[in-house]
Amino acid sequence: MRPFTYERAADALSAVKAVAENPGAKFLAGGTNLLDLMKLDIERPTHLVDVGRLPFAGVEEVNGGLRVGGAMVNSKLAAHPRVRELYPVLVRALVSGASGQLRNKATTAGNLLQRTRCAYFYDTTKPCNKRQPGSGCSALEGVHGSHDAIFGASKACIASHPSDMAVALTVLGASVETLTPSGASRTLAVQDLHRLPGDTPQVETDLAPGELITAVLLPPPPEGGQVYRKVRGRASYAHGIASVAVAGGRVALGAVAHKPWRAAHIEDALAAGASAVEAAEAELSKADRSDRNALKIALVGRLAAAAIEESKTRRTA
Amino acid sequence: MKTTITVNGQARTLDVDSRTTLLDALREHLGLIGSKKGCDHGQCGACTVLVNGARINSCLSLLVMHDGDQVTTIEGLGTAENLHPVQQAFLENDAFQCGYCTPGQICSAVGMLQEAADGWPSQVMEDVAALVDLTEAEIRERMSGNICRCSAYPQIVAAIRSVAGDAA
Repeated sequence: MRPFTYERAADALSAVKAVAENPGAKFLAGGTNLLDLMKLDIERPTHLVDVGRLPFAGVEEVNGGLRVGGAMVNSKLAAHPRVRELYPVLVRALVSGASGQLRNKATTAGNLLQRTRCAYFYDTTKPCNKRQPGSGCSALEGVHGSHDAIFGASKACIASHPSDMAVALTVLGASVETLTPSGASRTLAVQDLHRLPGDTPQVETDLAPGELITAVLLPPPPEGGQVYRKVRGRASYAHGIASVAVAGGRVALGAVAHKPWRAAHIEDALAAGASAVEAAEAELSKADRSDRNALKIALVGRLAAAAIEESKTRRTA
Repeated sequence: MKTTITVNGQARTLDVDSRTTLLDALREHLGLIGSKKGCDHGQCGACTVLVNGARINSCLSLLVMHDGDQVTTIEGLGTAENLHPVQQAFLENDAFQCGYCTPGQICSAVGMLQEAADGWPSQVMEDVAALVDLTEAEIRERMSGNICRCSAYPQIVAAIRSVAGDAA
């Protein structure tokens, strides 16, 4: 690991200023993704600002929904009685991710900002536009295709976002609350937080340098059953090949794009009275087809249809 | 950078490079070599310790992040004369072969049993708002962050079930 300096933030505003003023600085909270990538020489911060102990680790009731602190760890969020009661799709997404040890460390904000698990992003002997802009995308001709994006990818990058939690937050219409370097706070939908890769896959969100996610706002749960289904290479502790979150008539897909993917075509088809299978086809017919992803496209379609059917049997929160 | 942690009930102050992980601090600076370095990337669980009662991968945490924390390692769970119930259960169930993953398995199991007692959900529950019943499937799911290369999993599950049964 390369040398870096470390400071524990006294308060949120000084943390934001410290990162905004230093191009080599990064926020550190749980560290489970960042420290791993630093050991691999993929992340190279020269200064870490530890925000893990800032007082943003609770859950409050707000307007029939909940406000979740950005520094709350994933396991405690999943175990919170109100979250279990109102948002089973979020609980199931959280406990589908990582391991018990990692969930005790990984935070709400950090989970949203984790980097892709694309095998070529991790392989520092290979070109990767996300890791080294302009070097090329090894995944385009790669052999590890199961985690590729099938929606919204570009010639520069076909990596997918690995978060389970973010898929549930997207289907629930959640927002993030941030603190900007000017000291102002702003709110943006989780759906609008991450960017598609375009020509700059190294820029993953619309956050400004130094902007800190302080909370996630969950609106009241929608009417209807909630479901989270995930398919992966083993039964536990592996990131998804595909996942589907359903809440009422809303549907989001995971591991299929550079961001959690709100499936608008599925939702429109369902609203127009289509069957689950027909609705899934409405979305998947728009997927970017390659000679390697036919299996994934078929898998996502079947998983989405099954999750939509299952949601009809699940309790309304 | 100066950091004070309480390890197995004893306050310890270290002044080390900011890159030092909690695992390396325990092993290389404090001589507590029970916690093991397997993958060093949070994938195998051999480095699992309890921090303020919660199980974490000590390889994916920096010592400097833990100023003021209470750390429990395998050395702090029991003694040779007075084993922790989970240690005793691992012996009785022959829950290891080479033993390299065992300190991490035991620390993880201790943390996991508390999580289950606190009613924390898992992905194998039919209803995530329901009460926890520590079936074999639940134990396997909740222990998925600990790998055993000798594949002593049936005995590890049996050992943990015997303790969970006693506690119930």
